[in-house]
Amino acid sequence: MTVLNAKNISIYFGGLKAVSNFNLQIEEGELIGLIGPNGAGKTTIFNMITGVYTPTEGEILFNTKKGTKNITGLKPYQITKRGLARTFQNIRLFKDLTVLDNVRIAFHFNVQYNPLQSILQTPAFYKEEEEITQKALDLLDIFNIRQKSQELAKNLPYGEQRKLEITRALATHPSLLFLDEPAAGMNPQETKDLMNLIEFIRSKFKLTILLIEHDMNLVMGICERIIVLNYGQTIAEGTPAEISKNPLVIKAYLGKEVGEDA
Amino acid sequence: MNKRRKNFLISLAAIIGSLIVIIGLMYLGILDEYTAQILTFGAINVIIALGLNLISGFTGQLALGHAGFMAIGAYSTAFLVMQARIPLLPAILIGGIVTAIFGFVIGFPTLRLKGDYLAIVTLGFGEIIRVIMINMDSVTGGAAGLKGIPSFSDDINLGPIISFIWVYLFMIATILLINNLMKSSHGRAIVSIREDEIAANAMGINVFYYKMFSFTLSAFIAGIGGGLYALLFGYLNPTMFSWLKSMDFVIIVVLGGMGSIVGTVATGFILTYLQEFLRILQDYRLVIYPLILIFVMLFKPTGFVGIVEDTKTWVKRVFLKKKGSMKAGGRG
Repeated sequence: MTVLNAKNISIYFGGLKAVSNFNLQIEEGELIGLIGPNGAGKTTIFNMITGVYTPTEGEILFNTKKGTKNITGLKPYQITKRGLARTFQNIRLFKDLTVLDNVRIAFHFNVQYNPLQSILQTPAFYKEEEEITQKALDLLDIFNIRQKSQELAKNLPYGEQRKLEITRALATHPSLLFLDEPAAGMNPQETKDLMNLIEFIRSKFKLTILLIEHDMNLVMGICERIIVLNYGQTIAEGTPAEISKNPLVIKAYLGKEVGEDA
Repeated sequence: MNKRRKNFLISLAAIIGSLIVIIGLMYLGILDEYTAQILTFGAINVIIALGLNLISGFTGQLALGHAGFMAIGAYSTAFLVMQARIPLLPAILIGGIVTAIFGFVIGFPTLRLKGDYLAIVTLGFGEIIRVIMINMDSVTGGAAGLKGIPSFSDDINLGPIISFIWVYLFMIATILLINNLMKSSHGRAIVSIREDEIAANAMGINVFYYKMFSFTLSAFIAGIGGGLYALLFGYLNPTMFSWLKSMDFVIIVVLGGMGSIVGTVATGFILTYLQEFLRILQDYRLVIYPLILIFVMLFKPTGFVGIVEDTKTWVKRVFLKKKGSMKAGGRG
């Protein structure tokens, strides 16, 4: 089953065409890497699919158990509700809130009680609050950060902040997860742990994952399919082995070979 | 279950207890009429400042026009009581609802703006409301003001006590409303907007909806405060609701600590008292407030609550140094 189908999406910022005619088909259960030099348009593509930007051209179809839906131009919160969650390149946690609250916020859109019930503290309010807290704690348990549930998010070490951001994204119960440079700023050991974590959540939550990454060990190590972007266009697509030999990719990353003529 | 009931009973006892103590003191003449009036004004300031704290402190959207909402509440309540002869309680509540409607209408276009822009636009709206009040002579009495608004009680001796009880109960209701709301999932959604709007959106939270919700509720509370103010004071004049009045509330919220209920309540009373106390300085007192604000912003941006927290830590460090083991196992 095709989970996501982006057809010919392009976006202009003023006169600049940041991404042009980008196509992407994600099959259920895939783990795809999106790579490319800085400024190639990777995060812009993430932002278009998750609703931060509206593509100037093209359409994005998102397929879930509820059916296929055209999500082009929907707001980010609407897309998240349908089952597409994301993390951010420069970690965006709710820094001054506790670890537990960070996760509980992600459960909010399913809350049944209304504000009046919370003001009057009805039994329904208490019951659901307990359920949410329990679910959040269970999730934190899976990632071994339950003991830190009462700490402020900003006080966690860097690696755990990344982990918390992924936990929070999973709390929205996604079928498709976007990770924007999850290994940024990590040392080799942390990156290795992260790779295990990604494999683990993928099988545990039956996820389809698309990730942007600069760390080639990670991308080549876990992705099944890689898409290479340069100047807003796809220049190559294939398995890690194919990509690492592709002359266009080598050229994009390393420049022309010495002595080669135009 | 048990803990909940216990918490509820404790807070109920605290509310009734403090009410009895204050009324008793007033009755015995220890708290004179003048102090009672300051306390009542303080409670009104607390109510409106709590409303402002909801939108500015908890939701993170700086609004500078709450005197305008207060004016709408005050004039509508006065109108309902004087012209329509509606009893006080429904008049105050309807005054709040009218203000909430204004809040909704003003919030719809302005809450799409961010940060500084929102502050400037709300400031402008506050002034527009005041100017409209001046020019609607037939309803508001114009610049000459509106006289003869009935009070909570005509009794000369018990009047101040009865007014105080009214305002005090409204203040408690406001505290409970905001406290309970903020401790729910809706409250967490509201705070997440302050923390990081983009992340909140990505977590499935309808950011605009919650901004509107906060702003409208904030206007409602300010309207209630305005209604109480009208009935307490008995006289309304549009100049009472200038942007300087809005700034009073902003100062209370900021000095108390953005997003802190306890801080707003404490600072609301302290500043109201200080204002009366500083009357001897005449116009120079207007200099004192901003000076306090500047110093707090420079040295303690977390406000009153931050100072209290620091004092706690300091006391613990100095006096409980050797009792560290108690903290580890003491909470049984």
